[in-house]
Order: sequence, then C-alpha cells, then structure tokens
Amino acid sequence: MAEHISLAIIGGGPAGLAAAVAAYDSGITDLVIFERDSEPGGILNQCIHNGFGLHTFKEELTGPEYAARFIEQAKERGINCETGSMVLSISPEREITVVSRTKGLRIIQADAVILAMGCRERPRGALNIPGMRPQGIYTAGTAQKLVNCEGVMPGKEVVILGSGDIGLIMARRMTLEGAHVKLVAELMPYSGGLKRNIVQCLDDYGIPLLLSHTVVDIKGKRKLEGVTIAEVDSTGTPIPGTEEFYECDTLLLSCGLIPENELSLTAGITINGATNGPVVDERLATSAEGIFACGNVLHVHDLVDFVSEEAARAGRNAAKYINDKGKKANAPVLVKFIAGNGVRYTVPCTADIANIEEDIHLRFRVRNVYKGCTIKVCEGKNVLYSKKKRITVPSEMEDIVLKPDMLAGIDGDITVSIEEGSI
Amino acid sequence: MTRNMICIGCPMGCELTVEVEDGKAVSVTGNTCGIGKKYAETEVSAPTRMVTSTVMSDAGKPVPVKTRSQVPKDKIFDVVREIKSATVRLPVRIGDVAVGNAAGTGVDVIVTKNTEA
Amino acid sequence: MSAKEYDIAIIGAGVVGCAVARELSRYELGIVVIDKESDVCEGTSKANSAIIHGGFDAEPSTLKAKLNVRGNQLMDTLSKELDIPFLRCGAMVTCREEAEITKLEELLERGKKNGVPDMRILSREEAHEMEPNLDDRVCAALYCPTSGIVDPFAMTVAFAENAYANDAEFMLSTEVTGISKNETGFGISTTKGEINAGIVINCAGVYADKIHDMVCAPSFKITARRGEYMLLDRSAGDTVGKTIFQLPTKLGKGVLVTPTIHGNLLMGPTAEDIDDKEDTATTRDGLSTVRAKSALSVRNIPYNQVITSFSGLRATADTGDFIIREDSLAKGFIDVAGIESPGLSSAPAIAEYVRDIVGGILTLNEKKDFIPTRKGITLLAMLSVEKRAELIKQNPAYGQMICRCSQVSEGEIADSINRPLGATTLDGVKRRTGAGMGRCQAGFCSPKVIAMLAEKLGIPMSEVKKNG
Repeated sequence: MAEHISLAIIGGGPAGLAAAVAAYDSGITDLVIFERDSEPGGILNQCIHNGFGLHTFKEELTGPEYAARFIEQAKERGINCETGSMVLSISPEREITVVSRTKGLRIIQADAVILAMGCRERPRGALNIPGMRPQGIYTAGTAQKLVNCEGVMPGKEVVILGSGDIGLIMARRMTLEGAHVKLVAELMPYSGGLKRNIVQCLDDYGIPLLLSHTVVDIKGKRKLEGVTIAEVDSTGTPIPGTEEFYECDTLLLSCGLIPENELSLTAGITINGATNGPVVDERLATSAEGIFACGNVLHVHDLVDFVSEEAARAGRNAAKYINDKGKKANAPVLVKFIAGNGVRYTVPCTADIANIEEDIHLRFRVRNVYKGCTIKVCEGKNVLYSKKKRITVPSEMEDIVLKPDMLAGIDGDITVSIEEGSI
Repeated sequence: MTRNMICIGCPMGCELTVEVEDGKAVSVTGNTCGIGKKYAETEVSAPTRMVTSTVMSDAGKPVPVKTRSQVPKDKIFDVVREIKSATVRLPVRIGDVAVGNAAGTGVDVIVTKNTEA
Repeated sequence: MSAKEYDIAIIGAGVVGCAVARELSRYELGIVVIDKESDVCEGTSKANSAIIHGGFDAEPSTLKAKLNVRGNQLMDTLSKELDIPFLRCGAMVTCREEAEITKLEELLERGKKNGVPDMRILSREEAHEMEPNLDDRVCAALYCPTSGIVDPFAMTVAFAENAYANDAEFMLSTEVTGISKNETGFGISTTKGEINAGIVINCAGVYADKIHDMVCAPSFKITARRGEYMLLDRSAGDTVGKTIFQLPTKLGKGVLVTPTIHGNLLMGPTAEDIDDKEDTATTRDGLSTVRAKSALSVRNIPYNQVITSFSGLRATADTGDFIIREDSLAKGFIDVAGIESPGLSSAPAIAEYVRDIVGGILTLNEKKDFIPTRKGITLLAMLSVEKRAELIKQNPAYGQMICRCSQVSEGEIADSINRPLGATTLDGVKRRTGAGMGRCQAGFCSPKVIAMLAEKLGIPMSEVKKNG
C-alpha cells in the first residue's frame, strides 16, 4: 500500500533545498526531497562561475558553493534527500509515483507537495532553425554540463545563438578552455542576459554580440561545418542580402528556458500561458489542493537568490497548510493581479487579502526595454505602490514587496503597469 | 578623460561614469553602492577578475575551482594554464588549495565543491 | 585475402533491405546486408510519415497498389511476431470544396479496385464528429479504417535483428565501391574488402541508380525528393486521432497531419526534387509551407509545441512505379528501386515479392530452425505500474531514469546498446528507446547516454557520435 509522508518536495535543486529547510523550520519534519540526479544541488552543480549569493549570504559564491550552503543546512536538520529518484507522476490527490534504483517503484501519499522541478532549455527544434541536423549543436546548458561535469569539450570553433546568461557564461568558459568563440547572435534588439555578463564574458574576451541577428541555415551532414547568420527586421524576419557564413564545429543555443511542468500537468494543475508555470496565489499554492510551486518551475528567474527566497516562502506556506488543517480562516477576499501596460505576467496571479500574514512578493517581467519609466501598482485609481526606474529590461525580473498593511481594505483587482516617461 | 563602464560587482549592472586623470579615477557617478566606486577605481588603473574553472581529479572527472580573490585581468590565461596542468587527489573539500600562488599572482586557486573519491 | 562468399548480398539496410533479409533468412542461404552507414535505418526509412497506408492512392495494377495493400494486410501478424509498435488508427482524406467531392469518389473507386476494405465517404457532420479539430471548411472526407501508424525505426530494427538472429550477416559502415560480374555471380568491392555473391539485391534507396549502373546498363534514374516535416510535443498528440490527408488541389499536393505511434503530432511533407542525395536540410520556406498547409485541414494545431523539424529524401524513380525486377542482362542482379511512398507500407510485401524472384533463380529450402519471432526492447513507459515495479526489482537499472521526457531508464538504454546489432551512436539509442526524442530533445539525457556509449564502445566521450 501507499506510504505516507507529510511533505514531498519534488526536486533537490536550489528551490527544493530552500523549501525543505524552511518547511522543517516551520515544524514539518516528516518530509522527503526527491532528486533525480545522483546528488542534490540541481543546475548549480554545473554553474561553476561566481555571481551567486550576494543577496542571501552577502558574499559572492560559485554555484556549487551556493548549493553546498543549503545542502549543509538540510544535512544539519537531518532532512532526507532521496537522490537517484525520479517522480513519474503526481495525482491531484497528491499520490506520488516515484522510481529509483535502490527502492524500486513506490507510491507515496503526501499531505502537501512542493513542486521544485526547475526548467529546461528551449531546444533547436522549438526554435525552427532550418538546415541540416549534424553533430555539434548543443543547448548552452548541455555544453556546460559536458565541459564542467564531464570534462568534455564539444568543439573548438564556436558560434552562440541567443544571449541568455548561460550562453554568455559559456562564451567565456569555452574561451578559457581554449576554444575560439566567433560571435554571439541575438534575435532581439537587446540582450537576453545580464549586463555584467556582457562585460565580463564577451567584452573582456573581444567576443562580438550581434543584436537583431539569427541563424538562418546550418551546414554539415555528420559534423557541423558552419552556420549562416543574417540580420533580422523588427518582426524577427531575416533580411535578404545580409547573410554571412561562419565556419564552426559547435553551435550553442541559449534561447530561453521553459519551466518543466510535465508533472504539474499530471496533477491537473492550471498553467499560466505567459510563464509556462502554474497559476499560484500569494501563498504560492497552485490550483491543486495542497500543492505549492516555487523556483524556475513556477517562472524563470535570473537570480538564484530570488529562487531561494521564494522557495522558503513556499516551504513556510506548505508547512502552515499542513499545520493549520482544520483551523478556521477568515472569510476569503480574493483579488486578482493583472499584468497591465508593459507587463508580461505577474506571480502570484491572485491573493486572499483577508488572510495575508507575510509580505507579498509581486514578481513580473516587462515586455520591452523602458527607460525612465515608473512601475505602478494600482487598485482602480488607488495607487498602492509607485517607483521610478532608470531602466527596465525583459531579461531582469522585477520584484515588488507589498506589505499586508498596504493591502488592508482592498477588494478590487490590482493592476501592475509600466508608465513610460520621457528619456 | 571620461570613461563609461558597466559595473560587474552585482547583477544590477550600474552604468558608471568615471573621470580619469593620470590613470586614476578622480570621480565615479552612476553607482548605487560602494562596490561600483571600487570597481571603477580598479578598472581604470589595474583591472582584476575572478577566475573560475575546473581542475582534473585523479578519478578523471573535473572538480570546480576558483581563485580565492581577484587576479589581474591580464593574468587570467596564465592562471587557467596552471589550473589545466594541475590535478587534485580526491576527496577534496570546499576551500582546499588546488593550485598555490597561481601564475605568481599570490592568489591560490581553491576547490569550490565537496567531491568524494 | 580471399573474398567472402555469400549466396545473397543485399545492398542497403533500410526498411526494404532489412525486410528482404528477414524474409530470405527463412531459407538455407548465406546472406549479407551491406550499408555505408554505421546503423540500419539511416536513409529514407528514418525520416518519413511513418504511415502504413491503406492503399487507395496508387493506380490499380501498379506494384505500388498491389504491394501496399498486401503490406498493410501483413502488418498485424508482423507487428506481433516482431514486436513492432503499430496501430490501425485509420485515415481520412479531407475535401474543402463541394465541387471536389467527386474526387473523393474517384479515390474510393480506386481503393475498391486495389482491394482496400471498408472505405466510405463521410458527410461533413460525420467527419467533424469523428475528428472535432477538422477545419470548418472540410465538407466531406474519405475514410479508410485500415490505415495505420508505425514506428519506422522499430520496424527496420526488428527486421534487421530477426534476420541477424536467423544468421544474416550485417556489414555496416561499409560502402560499396564497385560491382562486377564473375563466374559464380558478382564480385562486390567495398571499403571493407571484397565480397562474392550469387545474387545481388539492390535496396540502396536514393543511390539505387548508382549501384545499378555499377554493373548493369543504365535503365532508370532516381531523384531525391525532399520532404520536410514538423514534429509536435506529445501534449499536442491528441489534436487528431487519425491520419488526415488533403485532396490535391490546384495549389498543389497537400500535407498530412497525423498522430505518431509515440503520441506526438506530425505534419508534412513538402516535396522538392534536389540534386544532392545527402541534402536533408530543412528550409525556412519548407517549414512555413508545412505550417500553412496543415492549417487547411486541421485547426487548433499548437505550433508553439514544435519540438523538432526534419526532412527526408524519397527515392523517386523516373518510371513512376516501384522497380522490382531481375536485370534483363545482368542475371542475378535484382533491383528494388524507386521505393518512395508507399514504400514503408509495402516493405513486408516487397520482401515476399523479392523472395519469389529469388526463388525463380535458385531453389529455396526452408530452414528447420527459423526463428519467426523477435522481442523488442522492453519500454518502461509502456508498462503498467505493477509490471514496472516488478522489472525494477529484477533489474535495478530500470529504476534509474536517464531520459526524463520519454521516461527511459538506464536498463532500456543498456539493452539498446548491448543487444545484437545494438546502437553505437546517440541517434541509434534514440531510435531504439525514444531517449532524447522528447520535448527537451536530448538536452538532459545526452551527457549520460554519451557516457554509457563511451564505456561500451571503449572510446572517450568526445568521440561518441550523434549519427553515422
């Protein structure tokens, strides 16, 4: 028969670890992290570069060091992290099917579940890049895993499509490992990665970044021989006559991340089309009773520090959900958060104003680059929050803290929008 | 002389304006915090960077490492070359020295991941 | 070094070559299958619509018509004997203009003449009820219930493995460089040495004319006709339940929209004659054509769920029909050429047809110990929870998941590498197990699969190949 646990956390990366620690500290000790890899840490294990932890630990750590801090915290508490365990499905009633080499196939009933499966990279197929399909085309993250964890260099002459942070980081990494990175092409007129990474990963090594460019053809039957790059117009369509061929043996793709919600779908959870992650309320609770979500499975983050913070909230809320079973709450006052002008999405999507205990972190991304703008959070004409920004860019997540007292008495929908100002 | 640069001290990426005289920063604007000022001052005189890489272990798998602190930017490739010619014996712990005084910079290269044999 | 002697040399290890090898392996014959690629199923067989057609499309009395209908009939037995995933999901030919319903009737008549059973014309209402995602303008359809979908890799691999189990030999990574007549039959020069064979069977796909011309007078030309496809994630797989064809219109031949045996949604192909027999590139124009045309018969296709696009080369003969015959001058040289659509559907029947030609040249003695069945790789994702649990208990490697998208375990991947004629490349593993075929397109599992292949093959990880 099914085993029973209080809390199941799916994924032992930064989100799962932080959620577990916070849930434990909120009194839930009967919890298990299910991690499919052979060790906890998730994607941080392959992110050997520095730049993590300035918010959380007030110092700059590498990915494995940042992970180690949380692994240590989990260890100190005796939290059970089952590695080599892959969850195959979660029922809406929180019955979890999990397989592992050592324990076989099990079905486990959990009182609450935290989804922390992370995200995956957009592959070539999803980008519809035409051409041949030779060896030598990798997503940047796969190449990162090969180089940093296996010690295998995918190639010597490299072109990178997409200026997401992993692509930029890999441009530097491949250069330091002796490869020649010819260029980074970006479809959009702005970079998809952090400015600091343009400076320290591209500019430092003289690697050109071609904005508004994309790969229009791939040459090579067995092995990649080269790619054709063309400039694109404002609709992203290649401009004839601008094609240029670059010989290379490696093409890395850093063209966006997609929350990995296959398991969420097995539980019948409603997905937000704008984030590809679950629709959640201010507690980070999904549409399925007792199932919470945090980290990159909820929406793609740029900074692991924000993941940890968000995951800890999910951990506390899941613990509260378990501890408060049977307790009476205030009659709910549900309001919606609406992505207004210039805002692509918000997380959370709703809040129960009558039962808020913690600050609400309202996170969102803007649609475009806006200079000299104002972020406004309004309920109708009532301005709840307003902040001037020198610049906002789609590649950087915005994070607004709404305190419970700011929301007292509100019962209408809350709109977040960008007011464009003069530059 | 005026130099514009982007601070790499944290993910904010502040756009700095630096007034430089005789290779020294005399004023820094655009920064949000002290890190920006310090970055600009070093960047115009003697730029430095952290180096992260992997060192081979005796088990044939790479182990991640970093320089304990920043090294002169023009020494990056020398540091990497020394890391590539070194090997470490497992197990190693975070902070273990993989390469001492890398490329004569006076900075040690240390392990960043606890790795079992 | 003296040449190796065989009764039969089959050139080409695609679905046709492997089906012929399997059929002939029933008899007391020394058989070798030669292919220039490092795996079976590397040419036309790997990139096509993966359909077992009903057989109503080809002109009556052509080989295409006869062999398609017979091949379709053979699939039920074959899929059981050889453990080939196959589903008779049915097909519809959709019509968007009232005036063109007569064309559906013509197709129906042709199908009847060809011996296709149970076909009928569906009214607008019937068609839309059967397939709710048909485009609104579809006003009638021809329904063919015997049409099916198959895994073409599994089918080719199954034929090959069963032929191998019945003592057929395979020389892969071996290119035929010349053929000459000699006293006992033919001398075949390859990149791996000389072979003598009494009978040569030319199943060389797009290269069949080149192989033919090595020893025979030129009598046909094969053109590579490229077809581009888009494959959507499994989440889009139930957009349609049947293969949806389009009636050809003045705007040209339509494209099909079909579920695949793995539960994905497949759309294509385009048709473009090209000079380079290796040019399997996709193009911007081709993919946008696939997209535009598929929307003519099916609505609500979630194009944002595309996981990959690919193109395949059909081996189109200038004669219009399959060319399956013994050469009139070079006796003992059998061409199996121009096997374009419906080649996959016809392959089992082509094998019988070729057997009969061989039987006219020499006496066929049945083997007493012929093994008619073959067991495929046990795919965890296809098993019930109980069966999975049991399998993992027996072999813990089945509890170690390697590919998260298709839920493929280490056990299955090890099986695909270790079995006879096993995978030696990433693509080989993918085609046998589905690992890397899912929505992340091997981003997650490839480092692990590369490590497993490297260990088995005894080579560094950096030398493990994607294909060929």
